[in-house]
Amino acid sequence: MVSGAVFAGCAAGLIAALLHFWFVQGLILTGEEFESGARVHFAAPAEGHSHDHGAAAADGAPADAVAADGAEAGHDHASHEHGVADGGFDAKRDLLTVAFTVLIYVAYAFILVAGFGAAAAAGLRIGPLQGLLWGIGGYAAFQLAPAMGLPPELPGSVAADLGARQVWWWATAGFTALGLLGLGYGRKVWVFVLAGAALALPHVIGAPVLDGYYGVAPPELAAAFTARVLGVGLVAWSVLGWVAGHFWAKAD
Amino acid sequence: MKTMTSVKTLSGSLAQAAGSIMAVMAIGVTLMFVAGHAQSATLHDAAHDMRHATGFPCH
Repeated sequence: MVSGAVFAGCAAGLIAALLHFWFVQGLILTGEEFESGARVHFAAPAEGHSHDHGAAAADGAPADAVAADGAEAGHDHASHEHGVADGGFDAKRDLLTVAFTVLIYVAYAFILVAGFGAAAAAGLRIGPLQGLLWGIGGYAAFQLAPAMGLPPELPGSVAADLGARQVWWWATAGFTALGLLGLGYGRKVWVFVLAGAALALPHVIGAPVLDGYYGVAPPELAAAFTARVLGVGLVAWSVLGWVAGHFWAKAD
Repeated sequence: MKTMTSVKTLSGSLAQAAGSIMAVMAIGVTLMFVAGHAQSATLHDAAHDMRHATGFPCH
């Protein structure tokens, strides 16, 4: 039970880390430049809409070129000129990210396999297919449903009180997991009704939000970050469930 | 591995199975809390990028 969970967690965590550096890390670093003020969104509208005042001023020439590329290309262009956001490599920071990503997927795996244990105790068979479904369900509970109220934040975003968000986050994960289990394994109509209510309840109550928008990062950047985070999560959770299901069936 | 056999050979007492299931669940939730939600500054900085990238409420 435990060794299968550790193995599945490591496999999913390593894949998540690989995809993180492929899709997400560059956006985090760029977001931090806006967070720290190294770059400012719409800082110099009078000078050819350049998104990178410093680089344009240093080179003299490229301001027009950046503006001509349009907004999205302008970001890439600017970050290359800046020389940090896309290629930044910090060995200690990146190794810690890999380690903690593996750790968090091992944690997910323990929770998932505990669920397998409960299912098996109830006489249900768990194999790779069930594992995959459970993995996708875990993704919905631990990433997708909380993201409906608290979208994954790019550094540079501003959000409501941390404690309140954490409470809502955990409650949403728990209610979503219970709701999905009720839908999947319930036998009676009242179970389905309760399950639907459990899925809806956190969103009826609503996540803690601020009274306005204070983020300093460009919306395109934050949108790309959130979408990619959710995509990477789906892949990693699917791997997690599938591998854990394999191990569970093999140990049977 | 002892927990595994106790969970899977359901001939053993159901209470025993429930115990090991709860234990594994508790380890997972604790690990998740420490890695994802605990607010110690050191932990926060070390886990920072992962926390953002898994959508945990970070700071």
